[in-house]
Amino acid sequence: MNKLITIEQAMDFIKDGDTIFVGGFLAVGSPHLLISALVKRGTKNLTLICNDTGFPELGVGKLVVNRQLKKIYTSHIGTNKETGRQMMAGETEVVLVPQGTLIEQIRAAGYGLGGVLTRTGLGTEVAKGKEIVKVDGVDFLLEKPIFADVSLIAAHKGDTFGNLFYHGATRNFNNITASAGKVTIAEVKELVEAGQIDPDIVHTPGVFVNFLVQGGELHG
Amino acid sequence: MDNKILIAQRVARELKDGDLVNLGIGLPTLVANYLPADINILLQSENGFTGLGPAPAADAVDPDIVNAGAAPATIVKGGAFFDSATSFGIIRGGHVDVTVLGALQVDEKGNIANYMIPGKMVPGMGGAMDLLSGARKVIVAMEHTAKGAAKILPECTLPLTAVNAVDLIITEMGVIEVTDKGLVLKELNPEYTLEQVKEATQANLIISDSLADMV
Repeated sequence: MNKLITIEQAMDFIKDGDTIFVGGFLAVGSPHLLISALVKRGTKNLTLICNDTGFPELGVGKLVVNRQLKKIYTSHIGTNKETGRQMMAGETEVVLVPQGTLIEQIRAAGYGLGGVLTRTGLGTEVAKGKEIVKVDGVDFLLEKPIFADVSLIAAHKGDTFGNLFYHGATRNFNNITASAGKVTIAEVKELVEAGQIDPDIVHTPGVFVNFLVQGGELHG
Repeated sequence: MDNKILIAQRVARELKDGDLVNLGIGLPTLVANYLPADINILLQSENGFTGLGPAPAADAVDPDIVNAGAAPATIVKGGAFFDSATSFGIIRGGHVDVTVLGALQVDEKGNIANYMIPGKMVPGMGGAMDLLSGARKVIVAMEHTAKGAAKILPECTLPLTAVNAVDLIITEMGVIEVTDKGLVLKELNPEYTLEQVKEATQANLIISDSLADMV
């Protein structure tokens, strides 16, 4: 099996109005070539689910600047002033989600869970409109799974079956996000034959990865 | 002495050998520079590792190893990389002994606001809400006032990051413990008088019977 496709083919999976997960943390561990191709393709009215909105010139921040997003679920927008501007002006809807909750909502979607119970956000604006569940006398917030059409992730090494290996702090949202998209496309810096990554050190099992594209560096 | 250094030095003395610690961006990050020589702690970086080390030399930068502010970092011996689900499992699960954060406001109930000023500044909470609800001990490290305006209040007015979460407030003026009875001033910087501290604090301050000098 060879899951390798071209970046252009990868772009065909993302339609106007789709919801996309994108891996990376402040543009470290982001699928930079896929993001650049999406900017070039100009696909519109997307909903983005990502840890942060990167920087205006780097990472998913470029999608913000190019005005391709109608809604963003994220934990942090402080490094991209344009996200804040669009939010204040009412041009783009921004839903702020605690980082640990966001990754668990993605995990719930990919792992077949009806949601997660967390104490994070209790008593804050994050809890508004959400169900409180008492477990053995302790209050928890019910956070439901969050779904997307396509996951775009990045890894240092991938084999042709889609097994992935990461280096340094780039695993961040990529590993879990791989499980959650209806279609998951991984951009890998180094592509090897199946069996070339020791099964004992595979970080993301290839069953989560539908397609691979040849990538470059994982940082800006 | 610079206020920030003074605060960082005092926070450092709260840390115990073997603690797993998460330091926020800015002033809290300075704490790592002032650890007593006999204290070894492990720093957690919420973007995905334990064993956060100092910034590398310019010729030794690995751009895929960064801290939670995306600045170049190193990983010490014994450190480990992981994904964000594991990182926040460590945080929410009570495995982080101490977290040190800045704040816009703190109040008498230990409520804290530090992620947005509606209509003005909305950076987002990042990992702060998880750290505040999950870390065993929460230390707020901040300057006592913001350009003269009180930050330690009877009740926070900004959107809260967490409820009843703060254990200790360390400023250039002193050390304040959050208790069931309210805020207790435990240490006073001898550079200031009690009156000055009370004036800079809108919240009611209970003066500890064993008030000590902040050193």
